[in-house]
Amino acid sequence: MTELKLPSIDYAALAPILIMLGAALVGVLVEAFVPRRLRNGVQLALALVAVLGALTMVILNSDDRLITAGQALAVDGPTLFLQGAILILAAMALLLIGERSVERGGAFVAHAAVTAESADDRRQADGVGGTTEVYPLATFAIGGMLIFVAANDLLTMFIALEVFSLPLYLLCALARRRRLLSQEAAMKYFLLGAYASAFFLFGVALIYGFTSGIPGRVAGVDFATVHAAVTDSPASPVLLFAGMALLAIGLLFKAAAAPFHVWTPDVYQGAPTPVTGFMAACTKVAAFGALLRVFHVAFSGAAWDFTPVLGAVAVLTMLVGAVLAVTQTDIKRLLAYSSIANAGYLLVGVLAPSKDGLSGTMFYLVAYGFSVLAAFAVVTLVRDADGEATHLSRWAGLGRRSPFFAAIFTFILLAFAGIPLTSGFTSKFAVFAPALDANQAWLVIAGVLTSMVLAFPYLRVVVMMWLSEPGDATPTVTVPGALTSAALVIGVLATLVLGVAPAPLLDLANGAAEFVR
Amino acid sequence: MEETVEFASASGLLGSVWLLVAIPLVSAAILLLLGRRADRWGHWLGVGAIGAAFVLGLTYFFQLRGLENKSVELSLWQFISVGDFKVDFGLLFDPLAGVFVLLITGVGFLIHLYAVEYMAHDEGRRRFFGYFNLFVAAMLLLVLGNNYVMLYFGWEGVGLASYLLISFWYGRPSAATAGKKAFLMNRVGDAGLAIGIFVMFATLGTTQYDQVFNGVGALTKTTVLVLGLLLLLGAAGKSGQFPLQAWLPDAMEGPTPVSALIHAATMVTAGVYLIARSNPIFSADATLQLVVVSVGALTLLMGCVIGAAKDDIKRVLAWSTVSQIGYMFLGVGLGGGAYALAIVHLLAHGFFKANMFLGAGSVMHGMHDQVDIRRFGNLSKYMRVTWLTFMMGWLAIIGMFPFSGFFSKEPIIVAAFEREGWTAWLFGGAALVGAGLTAFYMTRLFVLTFHGPARWTEDIEHPHESPKLMTIPLVLLAIGSVAAGFLLSTSVPDWLEATAGLGGQEKPHEAVLAHWLITALSLLVTVLGAGLAWALFRAGTATAPQPAGVLVTAARRNLYTDTVNEAVFEKPGIFLTRALVFLDNRGVDGLVNGLAAAVGGGSGRLRRLQTGFVRSYATSILTGALLVVAAFLAVQAGWLA
Repeated sequence: MTELKLPSIDYAALAPILIMLGAALVGVLVEAFVPRRLRNGVQLALALVAVLGALTMVILNSDDRLITAGQALAVDGPTLFLQGAILILAAMALLLIGERSVERGGAFVAHAAVTAESADDRRQADGVGGTTEVYPLATFAIGGMLIFVAANDLLTMFIALEVFSLPLYLLCALARRRRLLSQEAAMKYFLLGAYASAFFLFGVALIYGFTSGIPGRVAGVDFATVHAAVTDSPASPVLLFAGMALLAIGLLFKAAAAPFHVWTPDVYQGAPTPVTGFMAACTKVAAFGALLRVFHVAFSGAAWDFTPVLGAVAVLTMLVGAVLAVTQTDIKRLLAYSSIANAGYLLVGVLAPSKDGLSGTMFYLVAYGFSVLAAFAVVTLVRDADGEATHLSRWAGLGRRSPFFAAIFTFILLAFAGIPLTSGFTSKFAVFAPALDANQAWLVIAGVLTSMVLAFPYLRVVVMMWLSEPGDATPTVTVPGALTSAALVIGVLATLVLGVAPAPLLDLANGAAEFVR
Repeated sequence: MEETVEFASASGLLGSVWLLVAIPLVSAAILLLLGRRADRWGHWLGVGAIGAAFVLGLTYFFQLRGLENKSVELSLWQFISVGDFKVDFGLLFDPLAGVFVLLITGVGFLIHLYAVEYMAHDEGRRRFFGYFNLFVAAMLLLVLGNNYVMLYFGWEGVGLASYLLISFWYGRPSAATAGKKAFLMNRVGDAGLAIGIFVMFATLGTTQYDQVFNGVGALTKTTVLVLGLLLLLGAAGKSGQFPLQAWLPDAMEGPTPVSALIHAATMVTAGVYLIARSNPIFSADATLQLVVVSVGALTLLMGCVIGAAKDDIKRVLAWSTVSQIGYMFLGVGLGGGAYALAIVHLLAHGFFKANMFLGAGSVMHGMHDQVDIRRFGNLSKYMRVTWLTFMMGWLAIIGMFPFSGFFSKEPIIVAAFEREGWTAWLFGGAALVGAGLTAFYMTRLFVLTFHGPARWTEDIEHPHESPKLMTIPLVLLAIGSVAAGFLLSTSVPDWLEATAGLGGQEKPHEAVLAHWLITALSLLVTVLGAGLAWALFRAGTATAPQPAGVLVTAARRNLYTDTVNEAVFEKPGIFLTRALVFLDNRGVDGLVNGLAAAVGGGSGRLRRLQTGFVRSYATSILTGALLVVAAFLAVQAGWLA
């Protein structure tokens, strides 16, 4: 009988994860013990402090390059860069979630099962405030994402996937306005998410089977073993390829790549807008962080085999996102399809197997996250008596009513369209250039062509805002509270700075662009 | 290329070249951000900014003349620097950039001045000047950048500004459609340029002009050809050349000063600039040059034929722009010394075409925005300044001695005859026929507008001359139309010698005809064309469309190019969208909901928004999963890749 050895754990390296999960647990206690009146402030402060604390730890750990907790977690350059990105973007999203002055009572329902026009519902209109469980839920999700990008074996990755997905399903259901839409979206997201998780888990099982029987190694699903198995395993490669395909499906679902994107427009539209922004920015980072690690670390030996298939997925994703964005009439759906197309561009970066490709993809994730959060921040502000006015026809003439916010939104849309001197241009450049270097010209051509198509719906919105007369139905833009303003300023400034002087962040990404195995 | 290209770095006064871009940009920002508060004085700020840029441009120009190495480079900051890939945010002020700066700010200033009065009754005037300044800033960035990425910045910027300016009269659905068309066709060209820049990066590892030009010699023949064709696609899109010419005439829906500045004098010549700037690439491959020459020759003839059949004054001018840029493409495609000739024609064209566009605007101003030349006539009696200045432009464009078109166009015709073998006859002949056709349709336009019996609509009793602010720019531009050609053709070629790759090339061949004979022939066809038109249209024309033969009908329909575009691009595009929408069932709902929401509104909208069934989503995911797994297994079995 072999002696059971406890793996050594580097607690300092795991501190960001521990801080977020710990804060989430404290948040649950706050729900139980702090009086309702104070809860919102306490919870928001707790969540923000935890995020900032975790971010500090990420910065302090920035030189770590190690694998800890018995092969389960890798703390290396990409992990730290992406954890930092998730935390900064999550802080912005928390600011949006915490906003209470744009709408009296906030964007979240009082509690999940409250019926419309009930006494509870009316109390909220008097300023009682919505549910504060959103903070611990969001904190759990952030913690899960931090594990997800650090996971160094497939089972840890699967658990992290569930840890950040489950709170997101709940968060999606908590919209105060258009409640049925929100609950329906959450239900769909949950069912389809569970469905995709099953694919992932099945893939893990097949890969486990594939790793058995290598001389001198125990079967396992940690990435070093999988990497060794790709070259050495005596098992049938059918196991490897079927397993790899199923894993990819699970991850591509979260990344919103076609044909696994179908949930995205409904969920983006139905979820409370701050949560949509959170998903569009942070879930993207987490999903692509995992994709990068799985394909660059575990399966890098099979790169010749997966590249054509994932390339086809990338082209399809860009095409679906760009073309369907043209026909959208709702701003949130438009942004959802744009996020699908951006998943395609990110896949182009994933398929460039070089240091530049890796750093370009990470740069893209950060740049896109800032812009998309700023975009959804503006969406929360354009509203009428019934809540947000998301139908595009309502945005006509907004430039006349509120030139300042229309200008900001125009700038963000130009960034999405990849117009130079915005981060949209530099980030596309950062992923396309290495892809071309890696002889993936077809991906770059598809990318350039679809981004040309995609520019059209964006500019249509710009023209609508500026060149149409405001009608009676044109809502005004609510003056944002301090929290939304802060998020908006950060997002817009980052979009500008990363467009004009991207070098520092690119350098940082480049310095971090090396996985440990 | 044996010589290596090197630029000196800018010092002294030339170190502030960036101000040229910054001044209009800041002015645009002020105009667009201050809102209504700037309504009263905003237009003067816009005019002043361009005037200041012009004065600065002149100063820099004379500074540059004094320098020995007539190119200075100014690196502002490192834009992207990853590994060994670097992109500078840098400017290059050399003879080629210098003449473009003067054209853009000089003609731009006059057009801004004109627009103050022209747009006086439009409540969006301040906004208009904001976009106008934005355009000038982007255009200056385009010609001043020291690498292809900077050029691309300016390129996108002018595209954006022109899209906004064409759509400016949002009240007209046709303006919105035209804006869209211009935008989409430009995107095709832009995609070519963008991919070209990526190719440059992939093969040469740089996009700086000097390094690219020095590295071209080391590239394979195919790479140079592909690179050149991609750049040509970009150039053709921006400059309205075959096969991307259709947007330019439609872009005339925008306000007339926009047509004059963007669609005649500056932006549409960006393609010529791109090819002239990239001359070491184009000169490196004879096939490439042949393609450029063919595009130029074909477009110049198409423009003439279609221009002869149009009745809208601005559209005739637009097609003449397409045709004249065809001459410029012909020039840059011929290579060698003809690069400089094309630039001379570009500059001269900037003057006389801006002059005629503003003249057309002045006519429309006096005729209640009428654009149909069949409803003009006899205006020479009522609008003397417009008439006389337009006459200068007309004589210049048809290439009559001693007006500027003669000095700028005739050398291109001669250069076309200097090609080898039968191509000399083909391209020289095309240029010569084009000259005759130009004389015909421009004379038709001139005679129908200003002479013959009045055929005005009933509501016009007494057309009036435009106010001073509009006629002064006209007079200045008319002086340019008279004199610019001679002055430019004697000075600019020598001046451009110092531009990277443009100097020191010998004539490749002797012309197949004697020089004097070509000159005589081109003058002869000009007089014949003009005389024929004068004889035909002296007595006016019918005010309703007349039945026409095959050729005229084809010309009226833009030689069926729109039909071809529709069949080749639009229909498949629509089909693709429908197919994708059909596959993505939510999209269908989205579309239907959009319609339903627009019609119904209210609570019905909410209910209908969400009809996507989870089961159909799950099926879609399952199908995708089966495909992905099958594809992976197929790859593994070696069936794919």
